[in-house]
Amino acid sequence: MSASISRSDQQLAQQLITLTEAGMPLVADPWAWMAERMNLSVDDTLALLQRLQDTGAIRRIAAVPNHYRLGYTFNGMTVWDVDDEHIDRLGEIVGNLHFVSHCYRRPRLEGWRYNLFAMVHGLNAEQIEYERNLIRNQLGDACRADTMLVSTRILKKTGLRLAAQRQEK
Amino acid sequence: MDDLCLRMLDRFQHDLPICAAPYQAMADELGCTEDDILQRLTLLNQRKALSRVGPVFEHSRAGASTLVALAVPEARIEEVAAQINAFDEVNHNYLREHNWNLWFVLTGPSREHLDQTLEKIEQLTGLTPLDLPMLTAYQIDLGFALGKNSQVPT
Repeated sequence: MSASISRSDQQLAQQLITLTEAGMPLVADPWAWMAERMNLSVDDTLALLQRLQDTGAIRRIAAVPNHYRLGYTFNGMTVWDVDDEHIDRLGEIVGNLHFVSHCYRRPRLEGWRYNLFAMVHGLNAEQIEYERNLIRNQLGDACRADTMLVSTRILKKTGLRLAAQRQEK
Repeated sequence: MDDLCLRMLDRFQHDLPICAAPYQAMADELGCTEDDILQRLTLLNQRKALSRVGPVFEHSRAGASTLVALAVPEARIEEVAAQINAFDEVNHNYLREHNWNLWFVLTGPSREHLDQTLEKIEQLTGLTPLDLPMLTAYQIDLGFALGKNSQVPT
């Protein structure tokens, strides 16, 4: 991910965040809708989106499903104590498994030995257990211990409220 | 869920074409009409099966974030969950089956701000948080493959 993004693009990106936080309207020409509100031409809007995506400020432009409503009510946070020497290579492999949505290295702390986190999803308990086993097979002897933390309740889930945070500053 | 619905979601949870008529481009790729796409997106949206359509920003650029865990005694779960949820900095909070049973994400304008928030949480709850910031990202929420058994809620 490149860090180079011009100041004017930065400002436009902020506008875009606020504008699309709740999603774009489901119309045939969403970029025209966006262009009008950004006070840009459609071509300039498309070029801006492309630049922001190329520099990594936008990860992707997507139709983001609500997995929970699609029946994926089971999610397991699998955590692994992986040999530091092999974690980068193995982390890439685990992150690329099609059922893993997030895969991060995090620090070991006192009372917490696991340094690799991979979030798995499924329609039932058996499915996430099966996915966990597939990860275990990939890690092999480089993994000394693991566990899976299954969520029993969502207590809060909101999108980022950057606009609100900015206003408070 | 009809087959087209599923193929559409599975394909476009990753990237929507950046061109003047993106739904037409999606339709061309999936072999259907632009109306087919818009109708299905609207239906999914009405049934709350669509979170949103739009750009997904790299929020680590907008400030700092970390994953936090608390080991909350069973009897205090409701009380502590309410205390944690009251923080604007908390945007996900899950109860999980483990000694470390409360897991949430903190985001803020800076790492310093997060440190202050963690301190407030410790004072408020009397519990010492595990602070687990990301060191390396191997995969950042690009969604995951949707199986054919996915359901559309009615």
